[in-house]
Amino acid sequence: MQIRVNGSLETIPFSLSIKEYLLNKGLKPESVVIELNGQVVKREQWEKIVLKENDELEVLRFVGGG
Amino acid sequence: MEDKLIIGGQELESRLFIGTGKFSSHEIIPKVIAASGSQVITMALRRVNFSNEQDNVLNYIDKKCILLPNTSGARNAEEAVRIARIAREAGCGHWVKIEVISDNKYLLPDNYETIRATEILAKEGFVVLPYMSPDLMAAKRLEEAGAAAVMPLGAPIGTNRGLMTRELLRILIAEIKVPIIVDAGIGRPSQAAEAMEMGAAAVLVNTAIATAQDPVQTARAFSLAVQAGRMAFLSGPGAVQEYAVASSPLTGFLHK
Repeated sequence: MQIRVNGSLETIPFSLSIKEYLLNKGLKPESVVIELNGQVVKREQWEKIVLKENDELEVLRFVGGG
Repeated sequence: MEDKLIIGGQELESRLFIGTGKFSSHEIIPKVIAASGSQVITMALRRVNFSNEQDNVLNYIDKKCILLPNTSGARNAEEAVRIARIAREAGCGHWVKIEVISDNKYLLPDNYETIRATEILAKEGFVVLPYMSPDLMAAKRLEEAGAAAVMPLGAPIGTNRGLMTRELLRILIAEIKVPIIVDAGIGRPSQAAEAMEMGAAAVLVNTAIATAQDPVQTARAFSLAVQAGRMAFLSGPGAVQEYAVASSPLTGFLHK
């Protein structure tokens, strides 16, 4: 199925939770912030929420800035 | 003498806020924070680049510091509000620096959109510190909108050109009740000292420290300059005279 991640279309297997998606990407989950379909998702929910067709995921992190 | 700055109910000893952008590596950031004595540290929020993932900058900021995420990248009030809410949900606390910019050449802030974002976020309980072009009426509206401080620019972001807006800053310092924090453009410790001597409540410095040859020593220099400027403001300058006024007595000379 297709989801949009950080503005780009991406194909992922079914039944992938947000946490599994991040681990598949090789990301340390504790280092990022997640917004799903315009809503911030708290870290403790990442295991429970399974990604669906056409979901829009923003994977964000804090960077240096002034 | 005890001289603390209070913003959003929080007492601060240091009047130097620092940003974390443009450093050669994240590893230097803790040393810069320690040398600066700064208690308020700014960072930004960006999309992860999957092909070039980096550490989260929060891992390099002392837990005792107040995090001041900025809304850089926002082009209007709605985008700024969205970024602020994400940062708060991500555990960054409830301080936010509003930065709304759609001019890519000078990176000058959009005061109108900044006021709109400030109104919304102040009502939601954020401690809002808006970055703005130093316009008196806009600063008054930010104050009315619930800004905890107002952050006028000294010169365009990253230029290190100093207090190009000096006369407008002077007006804001005189007329606005909430603290004035000069943000952007300060390139040298002497310029930070001047802003403080004028009566600014604090300054925010990033580029000048991050791009210095020795950022740690520069951070220390800025810290001392801010303290010196504040002390000078509190003590007040001597009178300015047009003609010479002798410092030594004009009597009792050796010759007749």
